[in-house]
Amino acid sequence: MSTVSLAPSPLLTAAEPLLSVRGLSVRRSGRIVLDRVDVDVWPGEIVTLIGPNGAGKTTLVRAVLGLVSGESGSIVRRAGLRVGYMPQKLSLDATLPLTVRRFLSLWRPVPRARIDVALEEAGVAHTAESPVQSVSGGEMQRVLLARALLGNPDLLVLDEPDQGVDVQGQAELFTRIDTLRRSRGCGVLLVSHDLHTVMARTDRVLCLNRHVCCAGSPEDVRRHPEYHALFGRHAADLAVYVHHHNHTHTGDGRIVPAADEDPAAGDTVAAARGDRCRHG
Amino acid sequence: MDDFLLRALAGGIGIAVLAGPLGSFVVWRRMAYFGDTLAHSALLGVTLGFLLGVNPTVGVMVVCVALALLLVGLQERRSLAADTLLGILSHSSLSLGLVALAFLETLRVDLMAYLFGDILSVTPADLAWIYGGGAVAMVGLGLLWRRLLAVTVDEELARVEGLPVRSLRLAFMLLIALVIAIAMKIVGMLLITSLLIIPAATARRFSRTPEQMAALAAGVGAVAVSGGLTGSLLWDLPAGPSVVVAAAALFLLSALAPQRG
Repeated sequence: MSTVSLAPSPLLTAAEPLLSVRGLSVRRSGRIVLDRVDVDVWPGEIVTLIGPNGAGKTTLVRAVLGLVSGESGSIVRRAGLRVGYMPQKLSLDATLPLTVRRFLSLWRPVPRARIDVALEEAGVAHTAESPVQSVSGGEMQRVLLARALLGNPDLLVLDEPDQGVDVQGQAELFTRIDTLRRSRGCGVLLVSHDLHTVMARTDRVLCLNRHVCCAGSPEDVRRHPEYHALFGRHAADLAVYVHHHNHTHTGDGRIVPAADEDPAAGDTVAAARGDRCRHG
Repeated sequence: MDDFLLRALAGGIGIAVLAGPLGSFVVWRRMAYFGDTLAHSALLGVTLGFLLGVNPTVGVMVVCVALALLLVGLQERRSLAADTLLGILSHSSLSLGLVALAFLETLRVDLMAYLFGDILSVTPADLAWIYGGGAVAMVGLGLLWRRLLAVTVDEELARVEGLPVRSLRLAFMLLIALVIAIAMKIVGMLLITSLLIIPAATARRFSRTPEQMAALAAGVGAVAVSGGLTGSLLWDLPAGPSVVVAAAALFLLSALAPQRG
């Protein structure tokens, strides 16, 4: 079976960030929702935004995507940057008859075989002919991820990809994202509520509460007093999350023994998957 | 068959074929009340047309477009909920139309024909409007189809992917304004929305793709027009309302069928 072509983009080799946000302030209804925020995303790294509700995480993501405009500051994207966006959920009406397959080639026609491969890779091949509205939350996330990846993005933006998905589903999703950025070298910017799952696979964490409270590696942030002030007792029981599998589930619910899902062997797994993906 | 009946059938089916695909979008985008509001402003357009000495169809189109632009502007300011805004504009523009009409003392207008349609008096000139304007609307919709679909599925995703969402939304509203202007003769301004949404809602249960639903809605509309006209002929019923009653009957029948997907 052929796989989706993963020719690395020339953008992903240069020595400057994919995205550079400087001093971004956003005001909504007169209230400051983001206050002089700086953030960079480099090729191949995962940057995670955490923070309490109303901290402006989603606003920052929307500003990066060009969906809201800032009051001051700058957002510089590298020229020709391809952005893949995975929204929390879709807003389409139940009356629109739309299969998952059609959703993946909505306005840009995509060859049938590429869609099959993308769904296969995401582990949701069985949903191809189902109505988009009937797909479960976890499956929908994989479909949305598959769609974002069809555009061969240099930067992947995910808004709370862990919502409405069980622990097992989250771990699998983050394993996939981790693998992807290694094999493709794309940058990842994600918003997350789930501190446990996210921390283990993140390169840099940005703790946001309208302004950037603290930023750095997960270990640095975990030691930062502002982080403790924000997350209180939840911060204390935060250990690097390790999820042990002895089996995994296929999309249709069958159980298969785990061969390569052990996050303890994360690097080798990623490398192996990367190899598999690179073949034409 | 008599000429007037043939013209009525040709006009009605032309509108139904146009309303099918456009009405599907109205349903998918949850814009039924929006369409209704535009239609309510049509009478004002007719009156303005008479006052300025231009074709009433042109007058309706101009007023519908102006109202659509006003609505978009007001909605983006978000000072009031969308349905409140629509309610205000819908009824004030209808009343404004009625008041303006009353000022035109020298003019005898068949108000009922504008409110509920007068399909049996369709003239060859009306047919030219329906088929000429309808062709323009169909070509426009065909060209924008895939993009409009993407905007309908998720506006933000479409924006991130580089689609000109605002322009597409505007283009869609212009298409609705055009259809309202040319459909008014057939079912009247108070019933136009029903021809947009009832056939589309009927087609939903039998469709697996957006295109199937659009085509099926056009077919359901055509059957409703034929049925309504037949009823009008046999039992001397008011033509416009009996078309809508026929459409509603088809919708009820469809509700008994199992959903396909």
